[in-house]
Formats: sequence, structure tokens, C-alpha cells
Amino acid sequence: MSAARERPRPAHHGRPHHDQPHHDQYKHRPGRGSTSVIEVSRVGGRTAVRLARPPVSGVVRPRLLVTCAALACATFAVLCVSLTTGEFPLPVTEAVPALWGGGDPGARLIVQEFRLPRALAGMLAGAAFGVSGAIFQTLTRNPLASPDMLGITQGAGVAVVGGIVLGLGAGLGTQTLGLTGALLTAVLIYVLAWKRGTTGFRIVLVGIGVNWVCVSATQYLIVRAKVYQAQEAVGWLVGNLNGRGWESARPLILALAVLVPLVLVLSPWLRALHLGDQVAGGLGVPVQRARLALLCAAVGLVAFATAAAGPVAFVALAAPQIALRLAGTARPPLTASAVTGALVVLGCDLLGQRLFPDLELPVGVITGVLGAPFLLWLLARANRIGSGG
Amino acid sequence: MIHVTEETRSSGPVAAERAGRAGGKASPGVSDAPHPGGRGVRSGAGFGRSRVHRLLLLAGALGLLVLLCALSIAVGSRQIPLGQVLAVLTGPHDTQIGRIVWDVRVPRTLLGVLAGSALGVAGAVMQALTRNPLADPGLLGVSAGAAFALMLAVGVMGMTSLYGYVWFAFAGALAASVVVYVVGGLGRGGQTPVKLALAGIAVTFMLESVTRGVSLIDPQVLNRYRYWASGSLAGQETATILQVLPFLVGGAILAVSITPALNNIALGDDVAAALGRRLGRIRMRGALSVMLLTGAAVAVAGPIVFIGLVVPHAVRALSGPDQRWLIPLTALLAPCLLLAADIIGRVVARPQEIDVGIVAAFLGAPFFIALIRRRRLAEL
Amino acid sequence: MTRTSSSHLTAPSGAAEPAGPELRASGLRLAYDDRVVVEDLDLAVPPGKISAIIGANACGKSTLLRALARLLAPRGGTVHLDGRSIHAMPTRQVARRLGILPQSPVAPEGLTVVDLVGQGRAPHQTWWRQWSSADEDAVTAALRATGTLEYADRPVDELSGGQRQRAWIAMAVAQGTPILLLDEPTTYLDLAHQVDVLDLIVDLNRHEGRTVVMVLHDLNQACRYADHVIVMKSGAIVAEGPPGEAVDAALVEDVFGLRCQVTTDPVSGTPLVIPMGRHHGDGRAGGRETA
Repeated sequence: MSAARERPRPAHHGRPHHDQPHHDQYKHRPGRGSTSVIEVSRVGGRTAVRLARPPVSGVVRPRLLVTCAALACATFAVLCVSLTTGEFPLPVTEAVPALWGGGDPGARLIVQEFRLPRALAGMLAGAAFGVSGAIFQTLTRNPLASPDMLGITQGAGVAVVGGIVLGLGAGLGTQTLGLTGALLTAVLIYVLAWKRGTTGFRIVLVGIGVNWVCVSATQYLIVRAKVYQAQEAVGWLVGNLNGRGWESARPLILALAVLVPLVLVLSPWLRALHLGDQVAGGLGVPVQRARLALLCAAVGLVAFATAAAGPVAFVALAAPQIALRLAGTARPPLTASAVTGALVVLGCDLLGQRLFPDLELPVGVITGVLGAPFLLWLLARANRIGSGG
Repeated sequence: MIHVTEETRSSGPVAAERAGRAGGKASPGVSDAPHPGGRGVRSGAGFGRSRVHRLLLLAGALGLLVLLCALSIAVGSRQIPLGQVLAVLTGPHDTQIGRIVWDVRVPRTLLGVLAGSALGVAGAVMQALTRNPLADPGLLGVSAGAAFALMLAVGVMGMTSLYGYVWFAFAGALAASVVVYVVGGLGRGGQTPVKLALAGIAVTFMLESVTRGVSLIDPQVLNRYRYWASGSLAGQETATILQVLPFLVGGAILAVSITPALNNIALGDDVAAALGRRLGRIRMRGALSVMLLTGAAVAVAGPIVFIGLVVPHAVRALSGPDQRWLIPLTALLAPCLLLAADIIGRVVARPQEIDVGIVAAFLGAPFFIALIRRRRLAEL
Repeated sequence: MTRTSSSHLTAPSGAAEPAGPELRASGLRLAYDDRVVVEDLDLAVPPGKISAIIGANACGKSTLLRALARLLAPRGGTVHLDGRSIHAMPTRQVARRLGILPQSPVAPEGLTVVDLVGQGRAPHQTWWRQWSSADEDAVTAALRATGTLEYADRPVDELSGGQRQRAWIAMAVAQGTPILLLDEPTTYLDLAHQVDVLDLIVDLNRHEGRTVVMVLHDLNQACRYADHVIVMKSGAIVAEGPPGEAVDAALVEDVFGLRCQVTTDPVSGTPLVIPMGRHHGDGRAGGRETA
């Protein structure tokens, strides 16, 4: 050590010297948090809540909570409307008991066999699109990166349209075909983007290339198809919930039951990866493994949702961006994105059913027509200078 | 967030060369050519991208294009030996072969050259303007606008003439891109590349949704739309092509006029402003050029805009990021890809044809992905 | 910078302190793609001291730092932390012992300072324990020490370059690790803030016994603040030791290709490098003068 250390440097004037051994600094100070059962504190505009036993703690963001609650209430209201209205209007007092097997058999049949599965499929697909888009956008730090820009839903499209037009594996049904197509495309993108590890940016670029091929392949199949086949294909490609029953809703429920908790468990990794690979690595995140796990969960979600509802346009891209702007957070919030997605798909499907009395519009047409102006409006009033992202 | 200035970070020597050039211009102490174009490219022997090298590239690209044009005229259901192409072109028009060549093959080849050049140049301009390697000429909502207008023309107004489609599609393309450009500039902070991209995507999705919705209801619309949407060079008459030519020429002139400014913009908005560029005007001229080039090309040949995303990337790897070389080279090489795709589409599935947009994707995408894997990319 | 006290720089509970963190590299070979940057490098970081890595641009300083922080996998050789290979350890366990601030990181838009600094606690948090009082103490202390407390709720991307850099340093400090690796911590800072940050680093070292390794560009700052300098030239360590012994005019001319005189810093007594340039000096190579 140089002699300079013995001389007091100007910056240290007037400061108390701390001579206690350094390991005291690392010791947990007793007394705090153990006197009361619940503790609330504020740091830099954040409110923290802590329980003494069990040692559970977390940060509360009021605006995020309010946004989630309001969106959930709106979703519930739309759900009630979609269960009670239609060809046979049912009062809420009959529709709600029918959910649990009460009420008269007619109401039970309508609610349980027709309206509920369709509404559930829409809600869950929307939630899955929202969460999956939020993961993709956070991992790549790119608001344009959603599974429908990176070719994953288009991969499902190739498989399904191939099934319709060429009869390849048509026996499997659109659901299995869509699922397989999406998963295979995702694997292909990941493998092609792998070169001593991947980066979010390379995944985006490779995804765009794969997307191009998939779109072209689908286009080729549609051109080759007979008109009625083409119509069926386009009908699926636009995203559609018409006539969806429990056979669509059930796999989706199972997939979400597994994947959503997985995503929540992985969310600390997602939060760290949002700071970039280098910083996340320094914070003890196994970067490549974490990204792979998160991508798998996101792809699984979007694959199951696409299999059930088709590639509903725009939801995976817009729902996280809308949720982010409503909740005022720095990255797309997972829960709020899920609820936004559910609300958008459910509400748009309801509109598509009820807008014209003799014509049922597919949900994907409505999401594009309504979601896009909303996103544009949010963009135009974005107050972060130079961002918009 | 996504405007990675990949061009400015990559390929060290060239970037350094360019930075040095701009720096020399910026500093008042250097008494050098004050004209905006800047000095010529330093023909540093060590850089491997000297003027000679680039001229050779340009000559090679031109040769390749001429060869592909000849092939495009020669190959088809009735083959013409390559050596006789010139003889047929200069010979009488009223023979059987003469009619095939002048009525079918020449318009097709002409369209390939024009549309390819237009989309390639528009893509290069778009990437330079937004400093976003993901920008394609359709980013301004051009293809979706054209498709939407086509849907209106066929479905709502019951139009059937091929001639009418083109003008409708062109008008739709222009209208959509103006909307995107205006919306992208709303709000605090004015126009930013990310806002422009998001606005373009949103408008594209909206128009596509409506188009698809209508085409689901009306099979006639679907039938016309699906053929147009796969992109094709076939079926247009020379007269139609010549009518959109003025727009293409106008767009090309605009693109060339802002090329030196695009070199400055690549160094960042602030540097460009410091070098005396008026950013607003240059952006507007660039956007107008992209609208004209892409709108006209898409209206006639269908939405094959991906060509404009990929070819400039490939050319950049060959010639370096100097826009004054990049744009002419792209203008020569993009039609090469398009013509090659068209020729292959005619040959592989005889007697049927595969549309050019589809073949171009299968030809171009593997190349694009290989390019991405080869280069060290800047992180986001 | 408003810095009241550095006594609250608390690090995580539970971690019983070993004798001193030990970080060493042996036979290190580092490369990007096919370009080898560092070949066969051995280094033992002196525990409990401040080390500065200095050298000309592109000599492999940052590369070495990233390898020490297991952010770059070596092509050959190993990095050992407390006697164990750093790549064989669970990365989370490493993150509780070793923190790194990479060179000019970019924060996502809209992320507030306190959220960024809170991320530094990630290695200590579990899924159900997101904000323990230890977390809060560490974050508050880091914000206070770096003078970022007053704009803790502002988005990082709206701050000035210097404020931003200090927010990032606060994140690394909040991680509460016995070893701290910093890649050019003084970039974007004006002179006063540079001195403040370097003083803070000395505080962390003196009062908490943290081992610090930093890449610095300013030779004089490195000499003044580091106990140990590591001088690199084209991927190899050419000199190492206390600045008073390691740095002299011949070394600076060898490493930077710059003629200079080395005298004694009148404030700290450490070497002071005065470059000559083409227009000054009498043309002879500068010798070390002692005050």
C-alpha cells in the first residue's frame, strides 16, 4: 500500500470514520421486521410490504394493481354479457347458476355446452397471446417482436393450410396441426439462431427470415387451392372462434395451468434479462438457459392458443404494449398483458357475433380493426420523448 | 430501442473510413471540398473496397443482370436458344416467336427489372432513413394499402379490368403510406423510427384485417386477392408497365438526390444536422421516394417487398455501407434476384408456374439467414 | 453529490465471510469468434485491495474483466473463485460473491432508478421474498452512497449521462458482493463526480473490505486510487504491483507509445504521469523524478 493512504484525502474530511470490522456490515440487523407482523415501507416511490413470518415480501405498484383489477372487472362484465345474450337471451340470475349445474336444463345446455367453452377458449387464448407477446418483447427489448412477427404463428399457418389444401395429416385436425407447426417452427428458428449461444437480436432477424418463408409457403398453398379450400384456409388464418367447444378449450386450459405458473416462476429471470445479457449474467442469471426456458414457455403458450383460436391478428403484439402503457411500467407486465389479451379477444369475439345480425365476423378481423387504432392512439399520446416503444 | 445502427458499428475499416471522411468535413479546420457530396471515397489499398473493386462489382452486377434478362426472354414453355435472343429481339414482331417474345416475355422481364430495382432501392432508403436493419419498403403500410384498395375495387365497386386494378392499388398504397407517415409524427417528440415502425405495423394489421374479413365474405374478392398477394410478374402488358414508369423514375430521382445526405444520417441525427442537413426535408423526400417506388412496384407486381429488406443487407456485405455505391448496386442486384426467382418459378413446376414472390422467398431467405449467422451483430 | 455516510452499505445477511475473497485466473485464453485477444494469462487478484487494470485501447482489459466475471467463457485455462472453478459454480452463487458493472450498459426505456438498483438484489431474492429489509437497506444505502436517492423514482433514460452511470454503479453496489468488478466506472462523469465515484470505491474497500477490480483509462486516477495496478499490452500483463513501483516513464512509453514524465502527485504521493506530446518537452524521454 502506498504512503498516500495514511494522508487524509480531501474527500474524506468531515466524515466519521467507521472502524468496526467489516463483517458487521454484512449482518442482518435484528429488530427490523421482526417486531411487527406486517411491515410497510416506502423507498423512492415504491411501496414494499413484508410479513415477518413466513418471510414473504414484495413491492406493491398501485397503478399496476388498479389496472389489473379494472381490466379483470371489465373482462368479467364482458363474460357475463357473452353468457347471457345471443339467440336465446338469459338473465344473469339463470346464466350464473347454470355455470355450476343449477337452473333449468335448457339454460344449462346453452351456457355449458355453447357459450362457456367458446368464451373460455377466447379468454384463455387471449391471455396466452398476451403473456407470450410480453415475454418475446421483454427478451428482445423490441416492441415489434411478437410471435406473429417472428414466424411462429405463420408456421402453424403453413401446417394447417397444408392440411386443408394438400390433405397432409388432415385426420389430425387443425388443432394438432397448428400446435405441431408452431412448435417445429420455433425449434427451427432457435437452431438457426444458435451460434455459440443466441442473442435476442439474432432470434428476431432469423425469425423474420423464417416468417417470410412461411408466409410465402402459405400463399403458395392458397393459390394452388380450390376456392372453397382457400376460403377455409383464410378463415382459419384470420383467427376464428366460431363454433369452438370444449374440445378447443380443454387443451388450452391444461396448457395454461402448466405454463402460466412456470412463467411466473421464471419471471425474476425475465426481469433481469430485460437489462441485457451482460448485466443479467452479472446478476447470476444463466443467460442461455433462462432465455431458452422462457422462450419454450412463450412458444408453448402461443402454440396452444393458435391451435385453439387460429392466429388472431395483432393480440400478441398489441396486448403487452397496451398493458404497458395503461400500467405505466417499463416492461410489459405479465399479468396485465394476460388480462388485456383476454379482454381484447373476448370482447372482439362478442362484437363479431353481435355486430351484424345475420353475419358472424371472425374475431381476428375485429381485433385488427379495433386494436390498431387504440395502439395508434396510445402511441400518439406517448409522453416519453423519443420512445414510443 | 430497435434502431440499432448496425451499419455504423459493423465492418470496422469501412465505418472508420466513413467516420474519418465525415469528421474531416465537420471540422472547420480542414479546408476541403465543401460541397455536400463530400470527397470521393478514399481508395485506400488496405481496405479492399477501393474504387476499382467497387467498379468491378458494379460491372459484374450489370453483366449478371443482362444475362438474366436474356435468360428470362429465352426460358419458358417454348425455349429460345440463348444465342438467338438478340436476333429475335431485333427481328420481325409478327412471327410466332416474335409475338411470344414481345407480348409475354419482354413485358415480364421489363417488369422484373423495374419492380426489383424499385423495391431494392426503396428498401435501402428505408433502412438508411430509419437506421433500422429490419425496415422493409412495406413498413409504411404500402402493401396493405394496395391490397385494401384492390379489395375495394373488386368487391365494392365491382371493377374487373386489369388496368383499373393497378391504379387503385397504387392510390391505396400512397394513401396508406401518407397515413402512416402522419400518424408516426403525431404526439410529443415528433417522428421517431420506432414510432414510425409501430404506426406502420398497426395500419398494416388494420387494413389486412378488413381485407381478409371482406375476402372471407366475398369469394370473388378472395380469388383476385390471393393471386395478387402471392406476387407475380406475369400477365401485365407493356403499356401498363410504361404508365407506372414515370412514378418509378420520379422515385428513383428522389432517392438519388438524397443519397449523400443518407450517408450523413447514418452517423446519427445530430451529426447529420451538424453537417448542415435538414432532417425533416430529407426524411420527407426519402419517404416520398419510398412511397412512389414501392407503391408503383407493388401495384403492378404484388407485395413482394421482402426483396427490399434482404438485398440491401446482402449488398452492404459486398460493397460497404456507402450509400452512393449501395443504391446503384442494389438497383442492379435486386432485379437479379427477382428475375432468377421468376425463371426458376417457370422451370421447376412445368407446366405450372410458381409465382415469383414465393420462389424469391425460398431463394432469398436461406441466403438471408446465412448472412445473419456469418456476421457479428450488434446487440440490442 | 449528496453523500451523508457510507456506513449503511449493508450487504446480505447470512453469508459468513471467508478469510478474503480469492479470485485468480490461470492459463487464460480468450477469443471472440476466431480472434484471440488474450493468450495464456495468469492473474491473482489481491484480496481486500483495489486493483486497476490499465493499458491502451483494445489491449484486452475489458475482455479480461468479463472473463473474470464468467461473462465470457475462456477457450482455455480457468478462473477460480475461492478455490472453485467459476464456471462449475452455480451462477447465482457466483453473483452473491462477485458483482460486475459492464461497460456502458443501456437501461430499458422507462425503468426507474430504484427499480434498476433493486435489480442488483436479484441474486439474494427468492420468488416469495422480493423485498426483504436487507434488500431495502442495501438499496437505500447504495442510492445514498451514489447520490442517486433524490431522483430514485425517475426513469433512467431521462437522466443525464453522469446520473445514469451513478445509477448503474448503485446497482452493482446494492448487489453487496465481496468482490466488485467495474468496467470504466468513471465514463460519462465530470471530474468532480469521477472523484466522488472513486472515493466511494475506496470507502467500499476500506469500510466493508470489498475487493475491487476496475478498468480505468486515467493513469493518474489509477495510480492514486488503486493499491495494485495491472498493466496490459496486447493481451498480456506486462507489469503488476503497487503503482509507486510498477508505473514509470519507460513503462508508459512501452505500453502507450507515449513519451512522458512521471513525477509525484503532490496530493497523494503516487506517480503522476505527464504526457509530452509533439509540441512540448525537449525531446528527451522523461525520467522519473521524485519530489
